Amino acid sequence: MAFYQTKKIVTLIILHTFLLSIALSCIFPFFWMVNASFKSNVEFNSDYGLKPASSILLDNYKEVIIKSGFWRYFLNSVIYTFTTVILIVFISSLAAYSFSRLQFPGKNVIFYMFLAAMMVPLPAGFVPVYVMLQQLGLLNRTGYVLAMSNMGLSISIYLLKTFFDQLPRELEDTARIDGCSKLQTWWHVGMPLVTPALGVVVIFNALNVWNEFVLASLIFADKKFMPLQAALLQFSGEQVTEHTLVMAALTVTSLPIIILYIFMQKQFVKGITAGTMVG
Amino acid sequence: MNRTLKDKATNFSFILPALIIFAFFYIYPFFYSFILSLTNYTMIGDFSFKESFVGLTNFKDIASDGDWWKSMYNGAFITFWALSFQNILALMLALSVCRIVRMNKFYRVVFFILPVLSEIVIGLLLRRLMLSEPAGRDVLNHIVNNLGLGFLAQDWISGERVRLITALVHCWKGFGWAFVIFLAGLSGIPEQLYEAARIDGANAWQSFRKITLPLLMPVITLIMIITIIGTMSAFGMILALNQGAGGETTVPIMMIYNHLGSDLAGLACAEGLVLGMVLVIVSFTMFFISKKVRKKYGVLPD
Repeated sequence: MAFYQTKKIVTLIILHTFLLSIALSCIFPFFWMVNASFKSNVEFNSDYGLKPASSILLDNYKEVIIKSGFWRYFLNSVIYTFTTVILIVFISSLAAYSFSRLQFPGKNVIFYMFLAAMMVPLPAGFVPVYVMLQQLGLLNRTGYVLAMSNMGLSISIYLLKTFFDQLPRELEDTARIDGCSKLQTWWHVGMPLVTPALGVVVIFNALNVWNEFVLASLIFADKKFMPLQAALLQFSGEQVTEHTLVMAALTVTSLPIIILYIFMQKQFVKGITAGTMVG
Repeated sequence: MNRTLKDKATNFSFILPALIIFAFFYIYPFFYSFILSLTNYTMIGDFSFKESFVGLTNFKDIASDGDWWKSMYNGAFITFWALSFQNILALMLALSVCRIVRMNKFYRVVFFILPVLSEIVIGLLLRRLMLSEPAGRDVLNHIVNNLGLGFLAQDWISGERVRLITALVHCWKGFGWAFVIFLAGLSGIPEQLYEAARIDGANAWQSFRKITLPLLMPVITLIMIITIIGTMSAFGMILALNQGAGGETTVPIMMIYNHLGSDLAGLACAEGLVLGMVLVIVSFTMFFISKKVRKKYGVLPD
């Protein structure tokens, strides 16, 4: 008995050492980042940013947010994310509702088209999109939001359609008998019922837009329209020696996401793996 | 008759917005890139197929472009590490987390932080950790030296091992994602199978080999295909980390991005098509291999 007890404890110790060391490697850079963002450059250079900050210095944040314009990039990111997600939620839930509940010619063909788009990898899909936007004179915020709405569209439609398929139709029948139009039924009955799936769609797409930088850095020549990721890349290139400033900028970009993630961990995991679970 | 026609029109109008966006930003660009790839269009003036048509020149150029094939090699190298190291690490972590009760939630939360963050943030953060201006004040080298691992100290972002380091950073960013999917796959395996095996006298390795691995095959295939496509189409982290390290870590998609940035739209489209074709072929091959393997294990009927 004692032998099995020790064996079990030893196994547990080994497992936890393994897991903890990996976990530490994930967390350490972010503690270092936040810690260094509170330091002056002089202090950072003397201790590599590894010792706890002697005082919580907010100068770096002031400099980054106000002088370097990160308030604007942050606002841009929020606006792009918000509008894209709203667009996708409306467009994809309308389409998903129609694919699941309504009849029209060519329905299956169109649905399989969306499915195929989800499966076929288009690694350089941004190339023709960029050329097209340039020719249409849409190298601006409208073009960016529209292109981004297309990126998550197929997966969102698929997710919502499968969710609609599992719902009973009785409620909608009742609504129709009570005189609701199809549009009203979609909005008043369908939408409230698919809220759980909508949560996944929202997080999946919001993170997609928030973290996107390829199209953003191609489209926005003018810095003042850039979202955070594109601006961050440029800022880091300009501030070669000002490590603490870059740390503050990185914190502004990533900390809100980390905090949101910790509070809504389950939804984030579902949202991010949604795209992969489909296949 | 009239009523049903109007009905169908209403029903169709529900998918119209989705269809319009899809046609504009997926279908049209998809075919457009075939046309563009046959031209030397450089984004100056209106596009005219007649004037810029160069036949298959772009594809010939790609075939004989040493830089392109080097970037393909770099991409394949990083993908290889992601397929092996990243996914085995993720599976080991998932198996470990399944066996413990305490701190289970903590590990799940922590391992998934990196996939939540953008490639740019991860790349820039590690760049600052690995490189310091003024020179000789690299944080990572300082840490490594203080831990008594001085032999590891090196030039992390432009030294001779930069390709391996980039691959490892890629694995580090990606393992949490594979971990979560493995975990979901593992929880789908019924507990009774393990109990039956234990009663029959199977040890841990045997039950892993005979139960876990075969039943996990579909999940493993899925993860492998997505790892290949995901690794070959991502470059933000590398761009932020070392900008390609003078060609040592340049991946195909990064070349495409750079060519498009210098307005070589025709060439970029051709390169995109080549890369897309390679990925389609690879993922289909993977799919068939896994089907064979699953048949061999007897998981898949017939």
